[in-house]
Amino acid sequence: MADFVLYLRLFQYGFRRHSTYLAAALAGAFTNTVFGVLRAYVLIALWQARPGLAGYTLTEAVTFCFLTQGFIGPMQVFGRGLSFGDRIRSGDIAFDLVRPAPLLLWSLSEDLGRAAYLTIARSLPPAIAGAVMFTLAGPASPWFVLSFVLGIVVSFGWRYLVTLAACWTTDDRGTHTLSALLTMFFSGMVLPLGLFPGWLRTVAESSPFAAMVQVPADVWLGAEAAWSTLGFQLLWALALLGLGALLTAAARRKVVVQGG
Amino acid sequence: MGDYLLLAWTWARASAQYRASFAVSIVSSFAINALDAVAIGIVFTHVTTLGGFSLREVMFLYGTGGLSFALADMLFGNIERLSQHIRAGTFDTMLIRPVSPFVQMAADGFGAHRIGRLAQAAIVLGLSLPVVPWSRAWMVPVMIVCGVVIFTAVFTLGAALQFVLVDAPELANAFTYGGVTLTQYPLSVYGDQLVRGVTYVVPLAFVNWQPALYVLGRPDPLGLADWLRFASPAAALLLSAAAALAWRAGLRRYRSTGN
Repeated sequence: MADFVLYLRLFQYGFRRHSTYLAAALAGAFTNTVFGVLRAYVLIALWQARPGLAGYTLTEAVTFCFLTQGFIGPMQVFGRGLSFGDRIRSGDIAFDLVRPAPLLLWSLSEDLGRAAYLTIARSLPPAIAGAVMFTLAGPASPWFVLSFVLGIVVSFGWRYLVTLAACWTTDDRGTHTLSALLTMFFSGMVLPLGLFPGWLRTVAESSPFAAMVQVPADVWLGAEAAWSTLGFQLLWALALLGLGALLTAAARRKVVVQGG
Repeated sequence: MGDYLLLAWTWARASAQYRASFAVSIVSSFAINALDAVAIGIVFTHVTTLGGFSLREVMFLYGTGGLSFALADMLFGNIERLSQHIRAGTFDTMLIRPVSPFVQMAADGFGAHRIGRLAQAAIVLGLSLPVVPWSRAWMVPVMIVCGVVIFTAVFTLGAALQFVLVDAPELANAFTYGGVTLTQYPLSVYGDQLVRGVTYVVPLAFVNWQPALYVLGRPDPLGLADWLRFASPAAALLLSAAAALAWRAGLRRYRSTGN
């Protein structure tokens, strides 16, 4: 019970910390909307030439575009790491690793708080603007909510690994860029994965990145049976969190506290 | 000019000190920007024309818009970090130095790693060149220079806006990065109103769309006047004048945060 209260409080702190920057979030939402409009027109041109491509109707393709623009904030599609990355550089991570609350759950609660805030500030505006300017499809299944949350957890699991990798590499910029590259391309953020050719599509669709963007969008559109897609997300969430726990244990052995 | 070169050279040398990091950032800026080009390639596996333009023609638009943006971004793009400097109080130090704050901001942390973006756009442009007839090739350098000027003006306008909206620098991204994304596809795919907006309000259509219609010998899908194809230099000058005024107004209005 006490644990639950702790994590709930961390969730609130994550939420509050980000809500300080309302202007920044609204500016981000505006930019996400502008890009949504630009992407939507390209998809419209494509779907007008080839109706039914990737199994989507034109309305579904435009809906996909605005849904995924809305995922940028909560799922951190541009691959930004977690806030404790700075603490690895400064060495303060040593304290975090010996706290009674495990780093993994601690940062998961905070990150969920962040995602909850960004859902309100950065996901709703592009979706609403998109619905005003274009015709969008409504949610096909109530399971979308669960799929959305699972998408955030998978994204967290991945970013946790990327951030913690800095304990082993001296310069974390390379890993972060690689992460941004993989996430943007294989999640469906650049183009719906259904448009990818043959084997590339297979690789992308089975990657954890698909579980962050493509899958929640497909659950909204009702493109696939909810139970199998949710299972896919759950599997990746558990795998990444499990790896994260293992890596944390390894980091604990690796980090050397230099007296002082 | 001399000040700019000196500052830029200093920063470029500083960033090249850590060779591995420097190489990684060049490669990653190349790769991140190549994603857009890969997306265009994937789109064209499903269609032969997009908005009435072939793959090579779209690559020509992508290459010219991308190259103009990459040059403007490399030379002056740092100006978008103005709000960081205002908040940290480091902008105040720039004001008391005997070099124009614009030059200092533009050269600050001069990113030679942005060569990656430049190389990527140049390669796509190079591959598209077979669509350009010899007699109209003279327009290509003209449009790239005008594009650089227009994007620099957009960067400057975005920075001027940050004097007012210190907390929301990302707003400018919609016009800078949004602008380059817009110019990567034929404007014929976008709605009429949007195209008129970027022709008459924020003149992004003059970066590459209007001159490219001339180079590729295409009628304007919206039926706008033919002389617009040669209006890029005028649009670039007008927008620069507006940007210079906005920057000055912002600078005059600026009050230090007091730290």
